[in-house]
Amino acid sequence: MLKIHQLHKSYPIGDSSLHVLKGIDLNVEDGEMVAIMGSSGSGKSTLLNIIGMLDEADSGDYILDGLPIKNLTEKKAAVYRNKFLGFIFQSFNLINYKNALENVALPLYYQGMKRKERQEKALFHLGKVGLTDWAKHLPKELSGGQKQRVAIARALAANPKLLLADEPTGALDSATSHEIMAFIQQLNDEGKTILMVTHEEDIANMCKRIVRLKDGVIMEDEKVNQVRAQEHV
Amino acid sequence: MFDIDLWREIFQSINKNRTRSLLSGFTVAFAILLFTILFGIANGLQNTFAEAFVDDANNAIFINSGRTTKAHKGNQVGRQIQFKNEDFDYVKDEFDEKIEFITARIYKNFQASFRGEQNVYDVRAVHPDHQFLEKTKIKEGRYINQNDLNNKTKVVVIGRLVEDDLFLKTTALGKYLNLGGIQFKVVGIFTDDGGDNEERKIYIPVSTAQYLYGNNDYLDQINLTYNPELNYDQALAFSTLITKKLKNRFSVARSDQRAIRVRNMAEGTKAVSQMTVGLTFIILVIGFGTLIAGIVGISNIMIFIVKERTKEIGIRKALGASPKSIVSIILIESIIITAIAGYVGLLIGVGVLELVGPSLKEYFIKDPGVGNGLVIGATLTLIIAGAIAGYIPAKKASQIKPIIALRND
Ligand SMILES: Nc1ncnc2c1ncn2[C@@H]1O[C@H](COP(=O)(O)OP(=O)(O)OP(=O)(O)O)[C@@H](O)[C@H]1O
Ligand SMILES: [Mg+2]
Repeated sequence: MLKIHQLHKSYPIGDSSLHVLKGIDLNVEDGEMVAIMGSSGSGKSTLLNIIGMLDEADSGDYILDGLPIKNLTEKKAAVYRNKFLGFIFQSFNLINYKNALENVALPLYYQGMKRKERQEKALFHLGKVGLTDWAKHLPKELSGGQKQRVAIARALAANPKLLLADEPTGALDSATSHEIMAFIQQLNDEGKTILMVTHEEDIANMCKRIVRLKDGVIMEDEKVNQVRAQEHV
Repeated sequence: MFDIDLWREIFQSINKNRTRSLLSGFTVAFAILLFTILFGIANGLQNTFAEAFVDDANNAIFINSGRTTKAHKGNQVGRQIQFKNEDFDYVKDEFDEKIEFITARIYKNFQASFRGEQNVYDVRAVHPDHQFLEKTKIKEGRYINQNDLNNKTKVVVIGRLVEDDLFLKTTALGKYLNLGGIQFKVVGIFTDDGGDNEERKIYIPVSTAQYLYGNNDYLDQINLTYNPELNYDQALAFSTLITKKLKNRFSVARSDQRAIRVRNMAEGTKAVSQMTVGLTFIILVIGFGTLIAGIVGISNIMIFIVKERTKEIGIRKALGASPKSIVSIILIESIIITAIAGYVGLLIGVGVLELVGPSLKEYFIKDPGVGNGLVIGATLTLIIAGAIAGYIPAKKASQIKPIIALRND
């Protein structure tokens, strides 16, 4: 699915610069479910954003689904993001003046899908996260868990190959977290490749592989026995 | 090009972000409102100014006589020069090819009465051409004609306000008006753009006046308009020539300024057109000033809107929005708001002018108003300017990395 070789990234801070990623090597196969862990500031989000083409690396190679990602125009990047990638953020990032259904339908709009088809498909995905009855509600009328489920439905709607989640449960209590994890595991069961950043060991253990970052490099990379979230709900 | 989904997105954004839309719309509406009102007032001033001169034909020459101030060819100082019919015919024949219309005037002042109503009016005894010289508009009936002159008929043409004063609510046409003790038949009623004063005048045939009042052939004044094709210099030369010939005819000294007085309206016309240029300039300054203020307002709003929407733009980009779609969604939204708000401002402005317009007449502002073409032009300018001003922040927004837009909170 993706191959990363000697990836570097630094941020300019005043006159000097902060070297955040210092040569990351990472391969992820189709169907994997990977947790990225590490202390705060270790560069987890930075790595995930580069993988998601929301940000660019300074050097190194990144190949996504056989396509080298380098010096893309914004236009091309938009197409790739739309086709390959689904995002789930800690702060949900729903558009506040659009209702749940319209939020879920937005990536389909950018795929150029017809309105009617879009709505049907969005409604189907809302159904999958159990929010059919909430389709016409604005984000502000939803709970945190419901908002994250809308975000998941939106990430899925475009049928991406790779789902990227940055602390998807970071803003939720543990019961709701497990509920969300149950959804994400189900997606993985259905074959989606998933990369997620998390702080919590128990959430990480619900993935199939844990990658630990420290000081800008991968310190540890291990396969784990997946704990099913369903058992905790 | 017409993408219904894009429009749906834009209208949703306008509709769901009402405060923002209203605020930005307000600025534009206010700019256009100010523009309309200022421009309307400037136009009103210009109307007042123009009106002061539209009363009379502006290619007119007025010839008056008076007492001599200089002895000449054996004549004493203080001799009264009196125009007669033969002088009128002389001018008419002598300058025939340069004259457009010509009339004499005899000034009288009579008490006019009909049934119980009476009043004192200026009465002018004139030739038929007088109608065109004075730009008199016949409302009912007819003007003095050649037949009246030939037969010395006792007919009058009265101003609209004379009819109002004396005939109250009834029509004057065909009735008999008592003018200084003599019955005259009303054959016409006229209106005049020169104001109330001009509409309180009474016209009678010049020959009738000469016959009834003194049985002489005296005239008080000779008025004419020259061929409009004469240019300014030719027109002045023409009146100089008339002056010279008449002074010769009456043995008046060349340097005598009183005995024969020829006034050429062309001189005034020149001043009017210079004044008009000045006013037009002021109008242009006002217009551009307001427009520039509006444009600055729109650009500020656009920058504000883009800033406010940074996060939304980030989300849209993460979901696969192309830079082009980001630019168009922001630009079209601002264009729609500008167009609608501009139109609203225009409507309010025109409404205000209509409402207060009539009461501004005493401040020398007549019929304040703006041409449609002008305001549409101004609105289009605002829209285009708004689009250009908005394009830069919109383009910038479309090029920021989504991660930067998303972090923005
Ligand atoms: N745009 C930026 N400019 C400057 N420094 C940045 C920028 N983005 C991130 N950093 C710095 O880079 C380092 C890594 O940031 P990153 O967000 O990847 O950490 P993280 O591992 O996700 O941390 P957390 O667990 O707190 O989310 C941090 O020290 C952060 O301050
Ligand atoms: Mg982070």
